[in-house]
Amino acid sequence: MVKTEKLTKNYKVGFLGRKMTALQGLDLEVSGGEVFGFLGPNGAGKTTTIKILMGLIFPTSGKAWIMDRPIGDVKIRQMVGYLPETPYFYDYLTGEEFLHFYGQLLGISSDVRKKRINDLLRLVGLEGAGGLQLRKYSKGMIQRIGIAQALINEPKLIILDEPMSGLDPIGRKEVRDIILGMKDRGVTVFFSTHIIPDVEVICDRVGILNKGKLVSVGKIEDLVGQKVKSVEINVRGLKEGSLSGFAQIGATVTNVAGGALISLPGEEHLGKALDMVRQGGGQVVSVVPVKPSLEEIFIEELKQA
Amino acid sequence: MKVLAIAFNTFRETIREKILYNLLIFALVIIGASILLQELTFAQQVKIVKDMCLASISIFGIIMAIFVGITLVSREIERKSIYATLAKPVHRYQFLLGKYVGLLIILAVNVGVMFLGMAMVVYVIEGPIGPLMFWAVYFTFLELCLITSIALLFSTFTTTTLSATFTLALFVIGRMSGDIKYFGGRSSSAFVRKASEVLYYILPNLQNYNIRAQAVYNEPVGLDYILWVTAGCLLYSAALIVLASIIFQRRDFK
Repeated sequence: MVKTEKLTKNYKVGFLGRKMTALQGLDLEVSGGEVFGFLGPNGAGKTTTIKILMGLIFPTSGKAWIMDRPIGDVKIRQMVGYLPETPYFYDYLTGEEFLHFYGQLLGISSDVRKKRINDLLRLVGLEGAGGLQLRKYSKGMIQRIGIAQALINEPKLIILDEPMSGLDPIGRKEVRDIILGMKDRGVTVFFSTHIIPDVEVICDRVGILNKGKLVSVGKIEDLVGQKVKSVEINVRGLKEGSLSGFAQIGATVTNVAGGALISLPGEEHLGKALDMVRQGGGQVVSVVPVKPSLEEIFIEELKQA
Repeated sequence: MKVLAIAFNTFRETIREKILYNLLIFALVIIGASILLQELTFAQQVKIVKDMCLASISIFGIIMAIFVGITLVSREIERKSIYATLAKPVHRYQFLLGKYVGLLIILAVNVGVMFLGMAMVVYVIEGPIGPLMFWAVYFTFLELCLITSIALLFSTFTTTTLSATFTLALFVIGRMSGDIKYFGGRSSSAFVRKASEVLYYILPNLQNYNIRAQAVYNEPVGLDYILWVTAGCLLYSAALIVLASIIFQRRDFK
């Protein structure tokens, strides 16, 4: 659905035209029907990537395709929806006029437009606000009408740049539900964000971008599943004297009701720890690997990069 | 269809944002007040009033063309409203053309209202307005079309302030291009002579659009002249819009 190959974007900044790399050799592939989350801190290159895909800026080098057609082809935008970051729209238009305008640009006939606009206003929860000028809309309402304009052509791919930013928890949940609804209808969703809990709920796959480079990409369960932050061994009947040995392998021991909880800072000393439990006359009740959250992986990837 | 949708939206923006109301009201007040000039002048009262009205239409039209022309595209870029529009299946040249046509509609409406104001003033002091006065205003409108395309060209690659400065400079040069050729031709330097000649042919000669004196003094203007100037204006404006589209096509919207 979306493919990029060594996509690079350099900007010239300052009076002397100093080179600044916003995106460096991005190789990415998003399959049809999936929800892909594009993560990264501010300035990582997320918006640059999205703007290249939408033809708003041109790559310095590399190529990109949407639905197997090069991104320079204006016709592909007939099947793509796009919500810009912190969108500003023509605030002198009413919600309905605004949607009609974009519908006209997409060549949708007047009758079809009217029906779709009613449906979309209902979908994004703005059915009573279609006659209001956008300047009277709140930030959340602007975001929702922005999503409606991105959906007016019933796209096969929708690209959302920070759709949750600046929204309150209820607004975020509503946007999340809209994205999940799109997924149910088979629409491919590509969205950038730095609000990680939302990503964990709705994304099939994520890519983590930092300083213009893709540092990690994959399914959330794979990213989270690959790493074990710590291992917790719950034991019973361990002799008092045998507890001191665990400190030597970096473990911490906490007394809990009916036994002890041994926490190891990784998997490498697990075998040794289990041996020590057996030698100390203890009985293993459970061994639980503790996996990091996506947020912790995200921060760790950024630190390593 | 897409060009018209953008043009209509541009027209609607100008109407709803009340951008030109102050200028138009001020122009109408001056046109209306020109009737008072009759009382202050000794002879040729009607001609002076007509002259004043035509000059007002020209001056206010030019102010509208430059200051709305340069902000049309740059405002879209600064406010980022252009992002969602260009993300639709719209070619950049269609966007520019839509903006241009929208502004021409706005200018036509404004010039039309000013023309009606002038017709009423002339009717009060002389009787029904003659066709020459219409052609004089038509020529002013052609000049505005040209200035708008210059403003549009600059606004595709530079800031609002610089666009205004460059457009204003080109307007002044355009109004004086005959003088540039005349004085340049008298220079002792062959380079200056050649340069002034090249400038004369490259830059628009806005004096071609000034038939106000003929209109006021009832000197007839031939149909062939009207057609030639119209064709020249269309060609020059088209060339500038093509150039603007080429530049705009390569622009990054950071």
